[in-house]
Amino acid sequence: MVENRPWLTVFSHLVLILGIGVVVLPLWVTLVSSTHAGEDLLRSPIPMWFGNQMFENYSQMLSSGMKHVSGQPLTGMMLNSLIMALSIAIGKIAISLIAAFAICYFRFPFRMTCFWLIFITLMLPVEVRILPTYEVIANVFTPLTKLLALLGYEGTDVVIAGFSIDLDVSMLDSYAGLTLPLIASATATFLFRQFFLTVPDELTEAARIDGAGPMKFFRDILLPLSRTNIAALFVILFIFGWNQYLWPLLVTTDPSYATVVMGIQRMVNVADIEPQWNLVMAASMLAMLPPVAIVIGMQRLFVKGLVETEK
Amino acid sequence: MIKRVTFRHKWLPYALLAPQLLITLIFFIWPASQALYQSVLQQDAFGLRTAFVGLDNFAYLFSDPIYLESFDVTIVFSVAVALLSLSFALMLAVMADRIIKGATTYKTLLIWPYAVAPAIAGVLWYFMFNPAVGINAWILRTVFGYDWNHTLNGTDALLLIVIAAAWKQISYNFLFFLAGLQAIPRSLIEAAAIDGASPFKRFWTIIFPLLSPTTFFLVVVNIVYAFFDTFGTIHATTRGGPAGATNTLVYKVFNDGFIGLDLGGSAAQSVVLMVIVVTLTVVQFRYIERRVEY
Repeated sequence: MVENRPWLTVFSHLVLILGIGVVVLPLWVTLVSSTHAGEDLLRSPIPMWFGNQMFENYSQMLSSGMKHVSGQPLTGMMLNSLIMALSIAIGKIAISLIAAFAICYFRFPFRMTCFWLIFITLMLPVEVRILPTYEVIANVFTPLTKLLALLGYEGTDVVIAGFSIDLDVSMLDSYAGLTLPLIASATATFLFRQFFLTVPDELTEAARIDGAGPMKFFRDILLPLSRTNIAALFVILFIFGWNQYLWPLLVTTDPSYATVVMGIQRMVNVADIEPQWNLVMAASMLAMLPPVAIVIGMQRLFVKGLVETEK
Repeated sequence: MIKRVTFRHKWLPYALLAPQLLITLIFFIWPASQALYQSVLQQDAFGLRTAFVGLDNFAYLFSDPIYLESFDVTIVFSVAVALLSLSFALMLAVMADRIIKGATTYKTLLIWPYAVAPAIAGVLWYFMFNPAVGINAWILRTVFGYDWNHTLNGTDALLLIVIAAAWKQISYNFLFFLAGLQAIPRSLIEAAAIDGASPFKRFWTIIFPLLSPTTFFLVVVNIVYAFFDTFGTIHATTRGGPAGATNTLVYKVFNDGFIGLDLGGSAAQSVVLMVIVVTLTVVQFRYIERRVEY
């Protein structure tokens, strides 16, 4: 504080409290609405204080889901979201750690080519290339069969040394299809590269003098140094993975693979009737809970991750 | 670009790069090149024959009034989201920078919407503005006499997704503005205060200009967010309607490609989006280089 102006301080608090009111209002309405019976939410104005149906609403959503919209229980959907978020976070961290290590600590032919191939993906979010990516997921070998077709080989079977290999593998309705295209982006690689460049060269020299090979150096020196970066990135990537919408919408037609963020839309867009808002709001609360808990519980790591991924 | 001290190995670096390269080639480079390739082709209605049509798909796109309208909608939408979210977040950050007591509590209460999925944010505001039972629609009707209806009125629908999208982005902007404010040297502000400049004057003549790198960075990030990350907000609520009032470019690519099955047109739209993303990224990178000198 520069000078003592008590009225200005009071004013600052007032503005902040009002601002927080605006920010928190949707959460309050959601929480309150999720504790009422369906009939209470059919007449305006809707109640602004808790009802007594909280347990019923939440247990119905968790155990059986909404009957008239394919009725998937939310437990399964949340499990799918968890698997998707964890696979994206862990997969992305794992492959980008080793890729960044290779790019920073080795000299080899085509190093810059590899570098640019990877970093060009920083520019292309999945939203701008959805249709061709979908084709690849529908058959992972699409690139290969199309290339073979260019060379004059038609068909989706390849015979190598007497074995026939079927080049038609669909990843639709699978966890691999849900996660792999989202793992393939360079943000994490870029972050680790930036971090590795700040690691003192003396450490590498010392390790080499002591006779450590590259993998030993990576495991015993680089990984422990990267621990906070990994944790911060994990928080950001978990939220990113949990909140995916467009991609699960496209690659899952089987409701048992639906994720919770994507599944709620089916409960809202019901034909001709008003949605069962109390249940939709209970589902929204459950879908928000894990990422919000992570942001609040790991606030310091979250802020660090946010700042560093944007650099 | 590379460490001074490096290791030597024949195959290890390739093995380490293989997973990322493989995934990048299959799920990025190939689809992106396919989008480029398909954007100069046209398929007949049954998908049996394709013909090379050059830039016809693009020419058609930019003469299509629906596409141009979607362009307008997207620009109005992203400017509105950026303006609303940035000004609200800046106001809160300036206030939070001033106070000492309770600063952490305020911060915690302001950052959680970042974790809410854009689609869920859309659903929450969709419910609050629901013409029949929504609390906001009820307040607008009884207090202001305005009959809010986002299922019929295009302006209402656009406002709804602007509010939902801006709300989610407040936490992000708040955090970056707060960090930017705390990086401004106190001595400058103290000197101005000693010279008798009021807090209001200090904000406009010292703090706001010094904050401009952060502001500029956030403007780009917010526009990218409004362009590409708000698909869920729109799909879960207004679905591009009514009458195309919320049909943004990303929503239209999805709609034309997966519902309308117009491959060439959808690929051409993807290419336009790629150009926009690349331009915005280059602008952002150039700016970051300047920030290092700053």
